[in-house]
Amino acid sequence: MRKDRAGYLFLLPWFIGMLFTIVPFFASLYLAFTDYNLLNAPVWIGFENFADMFRDPVLLKSLQVTFVYTFVSVPLSLAAALGVAMLLNRGIRGLPWYRAVFYLPSLLGASVAVVLLWRYVFGFDGIVNAFLGWFGIEAISWTSDPDYALTTLIILHIWTFGSPMVIFLAGLRQIPVMYYEAAAVDGASKWRRFRSITLPLLSPIIFFNLIQSLIASFQTFTQGFVMNNGGGGPANSTLFYNLYLYQQGFNQFNMGYASAMAWTLLVIIAVFTAITFFTAKYWVNYDS
Amino acid sequence: MSTTLSTPRAAKPNEDADALIERFGSTRKSRFTRHVILCAIGLVMMYPLLWLVSSSLKPNGLIFSDLSLWPAEWHPSNYADGWTALEYDFGIYFSNSIVIVVLSIVGNLFSCSLAAYGFARLNFTGRKLFFALMLGTMMLPGHVLLIPQYILFAKLGWLNTYYPLLVPNFLATNAFYIFLMVQFMRSLPQELDDAARIDGCGPFRTFWSIILPLCRPAFATTAIFTFISVWNEFFGPLLYLTDPELYTVPLALRQFIDSEGQSQWGQMFAMSVLSLAPIIGFFIAGQKYLVKGIATTGLK
Repeated sequence: MRKDRAGYLFLLPWFIGMLFTIVPFFASLYLAFTDYNLLNAPVWIGFENFADMFRDPVLLKSLQVTFVYTFVSVPLSLAAALGVAMLLNRGIRGLPWYRAVFYLPSLLGASVAVVLLWRYVFGFDGIVNAFLGWFGIEAISWTSDPDYALTTLIILHIWTFGSPMVIFLAGLRQIPVMYYEAAAVDGASKWRRFRSITLPLLSPIIFFNLIQSLIASFQTFTQGFVMNNGGGGPANSTLFYNLYLYQQGFNQFNMGYASAMAWTLLVIIAVFTAITFFTAKYWVNYDS
Repeated sequence: MSTTLSTPRAAKPNEDADALIERFGSTRKSRFTRHVILCAIGLVMMYPLLWLVSSSLKPNGLIFSDLSLWPAEWHPSNYADGWTALEYDFGIYFSNSIVIVVLSIVGNLFSCSLAAYGFARLNFTGRKLFFALMLGTMMLPGHVLLIPQYILFAKLGWLNTYYPLLVPNFLATNAFYIFLMVQFMRSLPQELDDAARIDGCGPFRTFWSIILPLCRPAFATTAIFTFISVWNEFFGPLLYLTDPELYTVPLALRQFIDSEGQSQWGQMFAMSVLSLAPIIGFFIAGQKYLVKGIATTGLK
């Protein structure tokens, strides 16, 4: 049909682009069941890669690192985002300035320059230890102690709370003021107004931010790579899952194993997204 | 009554919302407390960046011993020395990054606006299905495609070239930007297209002469987001570029830890400042578009 033709023409670049997405998508599923080192043809080995993953202590460590990072930093940064958004919402002077200051770090957080900076801010002679020193706290070797290295990256993640904050701020502005007025007239406390008006009406946006942050956080790479020079050290304490995937695929050329890892992470992400979606009906309020 | 109450998110943001909230929400004292809290948080967040700028102007010996933000001894030559500290001078790395960023912006604007117009304004068989597919790719984690794409690019002889970084941008693979533009185009009145058609415009003419000029805000948002993400991008260049002559700024910066034995902090910080400066500049110039863009994606 003639009408169809115009539409397809406009979508032509996108159609070609989809080939670059769909073909690799299934190709990596196939490779996950093979032994492949780029030089020889892939050899079908069934579920062996997946079985190996369960026996690979480094992989389990990288999964643990990624989980700890995600489940600590996502809730903390969303809480910070919501808290600061609420402080900013109630008709404050200088809002554009505050918003700029809080938002800017979220644009810089993924850059190599800032991760490098973080190494030295948390260095043994860095400003964090100097600050702690004022309170008589002994210097900590943040970046070289396996107990603390991941903490510095969690703090870096929280530092970038600005982008969910901007979304919360836009959402808060759409809650009609009359709800708060009515509640205030009825004598509802601040906490009660937050619990019964702000949270329910904001829940679709909390839900959106939660899904976005979870998906992004599971795929963290640059922070771990730059922080400890590509190694994920000390003692693999910053070896993010995707960093280990990169090492397996592109340092050791275990392309089959790396593909199996990629699909496993995809399933993990899908499961957590699905859990969030299914529980949504209990806590997300889409106005009925 | 019940309809207005049950659709709060459709309600127009209230012009004097702030004034109203002030009236029952906060006293002068609580406002003051809020400013104190916000300033304290802002200061803590900005401090590392201020320290970075200050350290880039200090001699190496003072960076970790002199904690004041105002350098006791100025050492601006960090910038000149850092510029030439690596194998190639930073002029090469910056122009590499600029070339990639500019072409990526052109590619995204071109391919995403075409696709967005198709989705937003044209009728064709399978449109809903394709649109759902497009939204699906927005959620798809990129690492699943990584290995086959790498193999494909290797077979095409594209390793160690900019093609793997650029070509996908000309093929509308950034679903986020398509979505952003679709949302924007849907907000334009359909009568525009109808009037153009009655006047004898075909879809391409309508797209080019009517819709494109009106979409400037959405394009500005796309361009700024593309700039920031491509400028920061580390993984793609790390994977595909092996020849240091082709390195982008983030790859070059990382070499400071590899090569300098971690002692030329001043130079490293100076180049870090230069690498962040364009992002901060674009942020200041385009804050309006960024805030709007990010807010609309979250609310729809």
